[in-house]
Amino acid sequence: MTFKQYMKRAWPLYVMILPGIIFVLLFRYYPMYGVVIAFQDFSPAKGFAASPWVGWENFEFFFSLPDFGRIFGNTLFIAIAKIVADQVGAVILALLLNEARLLLFRRAIQTLIYLPYFLSWIVLGGILLDILAPHGILNQAIGNFGAPPQLFLGSNDWFRGTIILSGFWKNVGFSTIIYLAALTAINPVLHEAAAIDGAGRFRRIRHITLPGILPTIVLLAALSLGDVLQAGFEQILTLYSPAVYRTGDIIDTYVYRRGLVAAQYSLAGAVGLFKSFIGFFLIVLSYYLADRFAGYRIL
Amino acid sequence: MIRDNNWFSRLFDGFNYVFLTAFAVLCLAPMVHIFAVSLSGRAPATAGFVSFFPIDFTLENYQEVMGSRTFSRSFLISVLRVLSGTSLNMSLIILTAYPLSKSPRVFRGRIIFIWFFVFAMLFDGGLIPTFLVVKNLGLLNTLGSLILPNAVPIFSVILMMNFFRDVPKELEESALIDGASHWQVLWYIYIPLSLAAIATLTLLAAVNHWNAWFDGLIYMSDTANYPMQTFLRTIVVELDLTNVGIDPRDLQRLSDRAIRGAQIIVATVPILVVYPFLQRYFISGIKLGAVKE
Repeated sequence: MTFKQYMKRAWPLYVMILPGIIFVLLFRYYPMYGVVIAFQDFSPAKGFAASPWVGWENFEFFFSLPDFGRIFGNTLFIAIAKIVADQVGAVILALLLNEARLLLFRRAIQTLIYLPYFLSWIVLGGILLDILAPHGILNQAIGNFGAPPQLFLGSNDWFRGTIILSGFWKNVGFSTIIYLAALTAINPVLHEAAAIDGAGRFRRIRHITLPGILPTIVLLAALSLGDVLQAGFEQILTLYSPAVYRTGDIIDTYVYRRGLVAAQYSLAGAVGLFKSFIGFFLIVLSYYLADRFAGYRIL
Repeated sequence: MIRDNNWFSRLFDGFNYVFLTAFAVLCLAPMVHIFAVSLSGRAPATAGFVSFFPIDFTLENYQEVMGSRTFSRSFLISVLRVLSGTSLNMSLIILTAYPLSKSPRVFRGRIIFIWFFVFAMLFDGGLIPTFLVVKNLGLLNTLGSLILPNAVPIFSVILMMNFFRDVPKELEESALIDGASHWQVLWYIYIPLSLAAIATLTLLAAVNHWNAWFDGLIYMSDTANYPMQTFLRTIVVELDLTNVGIDPRDLQRLSDRAIRGAQIIVATVPILVVYPFLQRYFISGIKLGAVKE
């Protein structure tokens, strides 16, 4: 087949993909070129091309700041705690839902626990700011037991815990979906055979149900590696305040404040590039592990 | 059907039903509380007497919110954004996924195109360069800044592509032999066979557009251009009721806390309206992507 014959049939395919390519070039690749600001003393007036180069200066400056250890530590701590809480919680909830035999009951519970996932952090944050306020309903409730009011969002003792727990609230129901799907894929014959052989309910959970969802657990564990720098930007930006920067400031909020609030583009760009770079390798590694150990491929 | 009727198993069942009910109630309780506050009068709402039922029931908070010019304006901007943004997303997802779902023999250079998109998904230029690009392109303070930067959600393209690849090839081959073009194959064969996947991704895109607020915050310098969620942020997070467009005299009568509650609820209602569809399509779609080998 000559090229001309090929194109006669195939040209629409190239026309179809063209708009997607243009958008990705403009809004994904052009910003990748824009990371040069990390190596410049960037000024918007001069632009990407004409701003003076400063080599690694921005990085050296950032690594010398006390902020560096703080925001990386906070990011890793919050992100990993969230992943663990979410996955463990999801497995347990899915197992319990699977054991609830009344289908209608199960549906009702699922309907209620999936809902927070679909609400924005502004809506959930607005709710949390109200109920966790010093005079909010939660402090009233613990006040009934004689406890003094706590600053759940305003004190460094509580902030991370509040973030992790409220992240759990939003996401855990939704995370059960994948496990529930894996649970329905387990052949019921296995359970019946085991029951005939005298295995009780908990033995069957231990020896049939859990091994049945093990591949899914492994897969999600591998994929979650790509999220260890994602502590929840929109959530923390909504809920934090200067009082809790010590325990709650993460890479993304720091980049936002330095870059877009204080207009220190080059410094923020350097921090962001540092994160993108590590994030890229984490995601590639997570996909590799997911393929290697769970046979998962996105393509 | 297996029956476990020993006492320990039944005890476990009882515990299980109680625990799951309690957990679900706990998940929902904060929203019910805010809903109750939003329906309460000034004194009980401000004093914090309201728990899960409204006290001094009133709809005035809602009337106040709906009557505010700024609020309805931001609501309209969000609706416009959802409609235009979702249509743009879906057109681009389908148009991009279709060629990528072909074999390299049918679509030469497929592997290069695939990696072009996958690399763009994996490596992120970052917040600051992306902001500067949007600024350079002159999109600040336009609707374009909200819908163009994420016009091609690459992960959705990949899901769509995987779905297209499962469409039986025989249909397409016979159509092509009969002289159909790829446009016709896409329109008359692929799209009708992929409606479930398209519905799923449409809902996903629409919910994402409705819920997005950060882009509005950074790309709009004029608060009059804020979409709903970004506008809501100034009220519920920054606690700034000055630009809400509510008559200060009304605040003498009403509780600002109850008004905030009413705004939160109004922003949630559209999600609740599509929620049954979300459950039906989106959740089955997730399973599809997750369980499929």
